[in-house]
Amino acid sequence: MSITQTAAATASGSTVIHQPLGLLAELTHRCPLACPYCSNPLELDGRARELDTATWVRVFQQAAAIGVLQVHLSGGEPASRRDLVELAGAAHDAGLYTNLITSAIGLDSKRLVALREAGLDHVQLSIQDIESEQADRIAGYAGAHIRKLAFARQVVELGFALTINTVIHRANIGNVSALVAMSADLGAGRLEVAHAQYHGWALQNRAALMPTKDQVFLAMDEVERLREEYADRLVIDLVVSDYYASRPKPCMGGWARRSLNVTPTGRVLPCHAAETIPGLEFWSVRDHDLADIWLRSPAFQAFRGTDWMREPCRSCELREIDFGGCRCQALAIAGDAREADPACSLSPHHARMHELAEQAQADPAQRGQPVGYNYRGRAPA
Amino acid sequence: MAEAAGASVDSRPRLAPGVRLHFDKTRNAWMLLAPERVIEMEGPANEILRRCDGMRSAARIVDELSVLYGVDRATIEGDVNAMLTELSTKRLIVR
Repeated sequence: MSITQTAAATASGSTVIHQPLGLLAELTHRCPLACPYCSNPLELDGRARELDTATWVRVFQQAAAIGVLQVHLSGGEPASRRDLVELAGAAHDAGLYTNLITSAIGLDSKRLVALREAGLDHVQLSIQDIESEQADRIAGYAGAHIRKLAFARQVVELGFALTINTVIHRANIGNVSALVAMSADLGAGRLEVAHAQYHGWALQNRAALMPTKDQVFLAMDEVERLREEYADRLVIDLVVSDYYASRPKPCMGGWARRSLNVTPTGRVLPCHAAETIPGLEFWSVRDHDLADIWLRSPAFQAFRGTDWMREPCRSCELREIDFGGCRCQALAIAGDAREADPACSLSPHHARMHELAEQAQADPAQRGQPVGYNYRGRAPA
Repeated sequence: MAEAAGASVDSRPRLAPGVRLHFDKTRNAWMLLAPERVIEMEGPANEILRRCDGMRSAARIVDELSVLYGVDRATIEGDVNAMLTELSTKRLIVR
């Protein structure tokens, strides 16, 4: 079955169904780290319910058949899966550009060499900060930072392209310049400077993570300057902070338009936070072919295209540019997933976004004090 | 950009680490796959990239495209070099 052939028959009204480009494969929620901004849901899937190897292999083959070109092996920590090398090989054999998103913990050099041989194309490594003490405190794991630096060098020595990803928040926002220098020294070709996105765990920790407006704008100017300075060595991609923005991000490049996300237990989501929206019906790869899920599952159809939009999105000239922004944020702050993302200055809830940011970073319990995190997957302190 | 400025007709461009050219059967198109990027390759860009194999020199790529498109070398050389410089700046090829 091909998406292009079936699109006309299954699309509702004038909504065009595009072919997906990317698949985020959350192989497991298990992770040695406990970062307070983790993008995994608050309720983590246990090991016993994880998809087995054969099912993942089938998912990769089905993904390639509907037009997916890139697969991101992620988690949790994907190295927590003993069959990681086999899974990377299967993704490669299916014709997918295969990217590993890892914390480096639990991935020794022997397995890294095996991943290279299996056809892995690219490694993306998370780094929490520029020096061990604070980086390990953010990750909730002693010794992580040193291990990551050694891993980055191994990755580059093996001839992989390396991306470093750092989530930016109050504790490390002053270190952007040093972070860029460190990434270049490690031999990374690309750096993602990603401001924390306040869903799930990050939303739980908003008061501990939120930087001030001045810090955010200073860091953004810094990134612009560094992009030019490092233009011949390092591509720097910036994921901006919604809370001080005036336009929403085109979340996921549009709902059910470019990518899909398979959870450790096999549920297929239009974005990793989609399960926070009540009433959406997600289908599983255990019961359905991926093509069927992409074309027909209720969760994918819910916000596909522009028919679902309300004002100010419905008549907005930018509706096919930003697709109304993030549905999860609309729900969390505007109270309904069909509203415009309140990051947009046209949203009646836009001012609320700034208020929440101000409140979070002005929380008297946090001001001037060491930040206490509610670590992912651990009992609150 | 020292690297780009120093590139000559003798350089042998090749795809950068982590970059692959892939024929996508579902779209019937050549796609350039790179970290977090997918670029559909059409026409001359595709013809140039497919020749960035680390074996052919930039001069030979110009020769081959000149034959392929039936235009004289001088006409096409500037375009090919501009494309190679752009791809290099975007870290999609090394030369």
